[in-house]
Amino acid sequence: METGTSTVKRGLAQMLKGGVIMDVVTPEHAQIAQEAGACAVMALERVPADIRKAGGVARMSDPSIVQAIMDAVTIPVMAKARIGHFVEAQVLQAMGVDYIDESEVLTPADMQHHIWKQDFTVPFVCGARNLGEALRRISEGAAMIRTKGEAGTGNVVEAVTHMRAMTSEMRRLVNMPKDELPAAAKEMGAPIELVLEVANAGKLPVVNFAAGGVATPADAALMMQLGADGVFVGSGIFKSSNPPAYAKAIVQAVTHFNDAKILAEVSKGLGEAMPGLEIGAIPEDQLLASRGW
Amino acid sequence: MKIGVLAVQGAFAEHASILRSLGLEVVEVRLPSDLAGLDGLIIPGGESTTIGKLMDAYGLYAPVKDLAARGKPVWGTCAGMIMLAKDIEGSDQPRLGLMDIGVNRNAFGRQADSFEVDLAVPALGTSAFHAVFIRAPLLTSVGPGVEVLARLPDGRMVAAEQANLLATAFHPELTADVRFHDHFVELARKRVS
Repeated sequence: METGTSTVKRGLAQMLKGGVIMDVVTPEHAQIAQEAGACAVMALERVPADIRKAGGVARMSDPSIVQAIMDAVTIPVMAKARIGHFVEAQVLQAMGVDYIDESEVLTPADMQHHIWKQDFTVPFVCGARNLGEALRRISEGAAMIRTKGEAGTGNVVEAVTHMRAMTSEMRRLVNMPKDELPAAAKEMGAPIELVLEVANAGKLPVVNFAAGGVATPADAALMMQLGADGVFVGSGIFKSSNPPAYAKAIVQAVTHFNDAKILAEVSKGLGEAMPGLEIGAIPEDQLLASRGW
Repeated sequence: MKIGVLAVQGAFAEHASILRSLGLEVVEVRLPSDLAGLDGLIIPGGESTTIGKLMDAYGLYAPVKDLAARGKPVWGTCAGMIMLAKDIEGSDQPRLGLMDIGVNRNAFGRQADSFEVDLAVPALGTSAFHAVFIRAPLLTSVGPGVEVLARLPDGRMVAAEQANLLATAFHPELTADVRFHDHFVELARKRVS
């Protein structure tokens, strides 16, 4: 019996497809998420909107919070480590979390290097703004990709930009003559083997979720129609006026993303969505998506 | 022949792609109306609590039970096997409960305990089947009409068949070996002819 293989790491992400992964900060939140039909939860000390407000250095959550959430639900539990902070990742792996998010939402621990994720048996998900960034993370061992979007804003515009960038770059590779692929790999800073793989398959070799700014059922369905395999919702649920209703509605919107009548039905009477932030109003040094490379 | 893949959540696209490669017409099933005219249904891996809630929210339990009662084959992989089981250890989560089997959810532990292993599956021939187990369940009991198709090297049960119902704790949709899919399609073909 072989554990920690690339197939089982990527495989768990395949089982999460068509689902919603929700940020939770307490065991009670985790149970609300599970009850609403979340396919996994992200255990955190603070949701991104609060991290943004608090400022300062955002680190891995207190392991006792992560543990309490792992004990509270039967669905998979993810947790975040800082970009490049391989010891936070070692701690989370030792605790037995099901997935680690090497996340730009936390303050990076290394300005140049991401974690060498191939050395771990726990799978990693990483954010990306474009195809080159996604393939760099996969070459380091990421078993799942998500758009970075702009976390904690309730504004889906950056997630849309990143998802469209990835899909249009993939289309470009698929239509490119073979002899132009090495130059394309060089230009996007990605390993040629992975560029060839994408050019052949027309898709990433790992599951690709949307994240960073999803706040409503329509936002979630928008990302699915743009080609996401599933959706992370960070602050969008527990910063809304009615978390159980939002959670359930977004789960149903991801399943029925192509059925506008059902989307209309599930969007009715949810109350106020989380307050949104205009991206242009955020000082440049407080943008999270530009963390990492 | 037309095979449905329950597509409310999970690895439905992988099953659909294998079925298409075998020349079958595939329907993604999200609503009861998608079940019309199907010759069989696959319930994929995913999160069984999520799948159970979404099946309930859109009224899929009764029509899927009806499909099985009409003798159409239904195959559950991993979460799908949990949905098929009559008995789920320590859980009252919603289920189809079609198959006379008991299961233990996440029997091996968390993701760190997910694994790959070669299994002997006599029903599929002499060569081993490479099986991928992800936060997988185990079969803990089987009723008298249930045939066990595969066991782990230590003897624990991981695949079973009961008339038109098939259950695997692992994910044949994640590997290139299509023998389980062939086997399922054969079950469907027998019912059609």
